[in-house]
Amino acid sequence: MTTTTHPETSISADPAAPVIHITREFNAPVDAVFRAHVDPDLVVKWQGPRYLEMRVERWDASTGGAYRFVHSHGDEEYRFYGSFHEVRPGERIVQTFTFEGFPDGVSLDTLTFEDLGDGRTRLHGASVFATTEARDMMLASGMETGVVEGYERLDEMLAEG
Amino acid sequence: MVCSTERLSKEMAVDDQLSRVFSALADPIRRDMVARLAVGDATVNELAEPYSVTVQAVSKHLKVLEDAGLVSRSKQAQRRPVHLEAEVFDLMTKWIERYRQEAEQRYRRLDAVLAEMASEDTRQTRVEGEAS
Repeated sequence: MTTTTHPETSISADPAAPVIHITREFNAPVDAVFRAHVDPDLVVKWQGPRYLEMRVERWDASTGGAYRFVHSHGDEEYRFYGSFHEVRPGERIVQTFTFEGFPDGVSLDTLTFEDLGDGRTRLHGASVFATTEARDMMLASGMETGVVEGYERLDEMLAEG
Repeated sequence: MVCSTERLSKEMAVDDQLSRVFSALADPIRRDMVARLAVGDATVNELAEPYSVTVQAVSKHLKVLEDAGLVSRSKQAQRRPVHLEAEVFDLMTKWIERYRQEAEQRYRRLDAVLAEMASEDTRQTRVEGEAS
């Protein structure tokens, strides 16, 4: 557990627009936070749910690039893909995101990296969906993994950390 | 798997209702009606007043809100006023909170990765310092 306090993730889902906003601050310089989003060896360490293994099949984090990865657990596999519309080092990543289990759904995700000084970074994400229903499916999927994951694993990791 | 089938199906039932809540609120007229009902109970005619739609159309919208559990209508009273079920909004808040917690867990893993990166950088600098 880190001793430095930092605000937890904040989320807002506007009932009037199919958008999810997410904000989080990190006790790390902006270049490191950015690198953890574009270097696939680092991405696999944190992006997938703990109980799923993340395997990257394609990864080109550059403007006009693309990605494809699989979350798996035994026979269960969840595949995702999208394109990197824009990758602006240390500043911004704009990408599309599709879960293959719901091929009609695609979100446009804009991540903004804000340098707060003193080696701290604020990350802001905005995910825009085509319809409110698609946005809600995304929120609902968070619910499932939230249930399955549990807090024990997190506690374990923090204890190890 | 940490949770029982029973618990999962309970979660899914809650999930279903929330999906209905969100799609019910996807319509601007229905959101408006909910805002109006937040002030106090109202009859169908009162609800229809501000809109250039028929009372039948408003009734249809009400049916959607009712199915989502957002509003209820008293069976007894002659006027059958529409009442907003505030607890459903608590359920929505819980849903979003769950999503937030999941994101927070993900970002705590990122915290750990960032801490690892920082200590590697320190090691790297030390090795380079010793080499020179």
